[in-house]
Amino acid sequence: MKKIMTILMIAGLGASAHAGKVVIEGSTTVLPIAQRAAEVFMKNNPDADLSVRGGGSGVGIASIIDGTCDIADASRAIKPAELEKAAKRGRDLKAHIIAMDGISHIVHPSNSMTGLTREQIKKIYTTRIKNWSEVGGPDLKIVVISRDSASGTFEAFSEMVLDKKKVRPDAIMQASNQAIASIVARTPGAIGYVGLGYVTGTVKPLAVDGVMPAKETVLRNKYLISRPLFMYTNGKPAGTIKLFIDFLKGPEGQKIVEEEGFVPLK
Amino acid sequence: MNRKKERLIKYLFTTLAFASLAFLIGIVLVLFKEALPIFAKVGPKAFLLGESWYPTAEPPEFGILPLILASLWVTAGALVICVPLGVGSALYLHELAGPRQRAVLKPVIEILASVPSIVYGFFGMVILAPWLQDTFELPIGLCVLTTSIILGVMATPTVASIAEDALSYVPRSFREASFAVGADRWQTLTKVIIPAAGSGISTAIILGMSRAIGETMTVLMVAGGSAVIPSSIFDPVRPMTAAIAAEMGEAPVGSEHYNALFAIALILFLITFVFNIAAELISRRFRLKLGLSR
Repeated sequence: MKKIMTILMIAGLGASAHAGKVVIEGSTTVLPIAQRAAEVFMKNNPDADLSVRGGGSGVGIASIIDGTCDIADASRAIKPAELEKAAKRGRDLKAHIIAMDGISHIVHPSNSMTGLTREQIKKIYTTRIKNWSEVGGPDLKIVVISRDSASGTFEAFSEMVLDKKKVRPDAIMQASNQAIASIVARTPGAIGYVGLGYVTGTVKPLAVDGVMPAKETVLRNKYLISRPLFMYTNGKPAGTIKLFIDFLKGPEGQKIVEEEGFVPLK
Repeated sequence: MNRKKERLIKYLFTTLAFASLAFLIGIVLVLFKEALPIFAKVGPKAFLLGESWYPTAEPPEFGILPLILASLWVTAGALVICVPLGVGSALYLHELAGPRQRAVLKPVIEILASVPSIVYGFFGMVILAPWLQDTFELPIGLCVLTTSIILGVMATPTVASIAEDALSYVPRSFREASFAVGADRWQTLTKVIIPAAGSGISTAIILGMSRAIGETMTVLMVAGGSAVIPSSIFDPVRPMTAAIAAEMGEAPVGSEHYNALFAIALILFLITFVFNIAAELISRRFRLKLGLSR
């Protein structure tokens, strides 16, 4: 029995050392797309060996600079400091936009509000507005719900809406889009933000500066609280890496993007 | 041959027994190693007594007082639930229940202990929180009260089973002597049995507290997660365990944020360590008092 185990382990080690292995690491926002895409891709190409893990955009980019991953997922563009570090290590990072993501602000369906300005949302999240009546809604305390400060969605929201100002400390912090959507769905005073894919019939999306968040408005660059999702490669992709990126950008990959609740490129 | 085998087995079990010690030392070393940089950077006082927790802001702020107080509030709340429930069940099981009630109740309490914490969390999130929210007309049901109730129920089996053990250690002679001088059942219970088992019951309560303060999944789901110093039992809070669980995945390895999360873990470890030492000391005194050998 032990012998068999040893043989299996050696065989396993041998396989993982194979040159065809592609490591994908980074943003947890991109993670579900990368994971599903890798599964389908490996089914189509039984020789390919992809390993996908999260860690966050920063971790992914640090790993590709260090050479410990082949594709870095990122829910933000690379920062100048990171580019500099990459250049020093002789890495030439290429960005591939694989999808778009819009951040929708959602409230309880019973809330009479239909839209807010970006400035109002900022004030709500930084304590200056505390009651819906201050923005023309019902006389109801606003329950502010945010993603945990370490999440990529939070980072994007903080940058695009809050101008990096701190979220009020008494905001309810939740670990996932799903948790935010389900709390908003049963809390009359709540406001939260989630990826487009999480806007269902149980919550009400708000227009921001008069524009409703939707696939079309994100794609036409009208809804501004949106961002591209990236995969970074070292130099021009080749071999399995190229095949995988092409697959993601192709019709089958973009279908996965849509199924995972993001905005496909076309 | 036989002796050789015996010695071999002895060494094997000695090694296994000391393995836990090795694990403990390993954990403590890693906690200290990863936590110390943040104390050096921020200063222990600013870290422990700082009132804002903004680990990813520019510049970051690492004050964990709101997290420590959140843990203490929900633990205190859990005690209010689990002490009467746990000690009450132990007294009932030991004093009043007949063999048939015992045969049903003991396994039921044990099953309560084996329900996975995520199930409790789910129950709290989907049923208890919305109910409290409607009943008390709260802005949101995820708060200290909800968390305390769930943690209290989770800690009840720990308290009940250890308190019941403590009661069963009280020698029969104590009870017989009490009856002999004409005390009734109630007097015997309150004047003799409970005082005799008192430190055992205290141990049960302290271990229940350890259980409550270390619980992670449930508080992550029902506490709400706001890093503010609570001012009422209806405030959402972010206990230490929830902060670690929610943030560890995204904190870059080796960053200040990462070190700060280890430091929180270290504080939590020290708190439960003190709880357990206290429980051990009290139970030792208890055994001496009853004339039981250690």
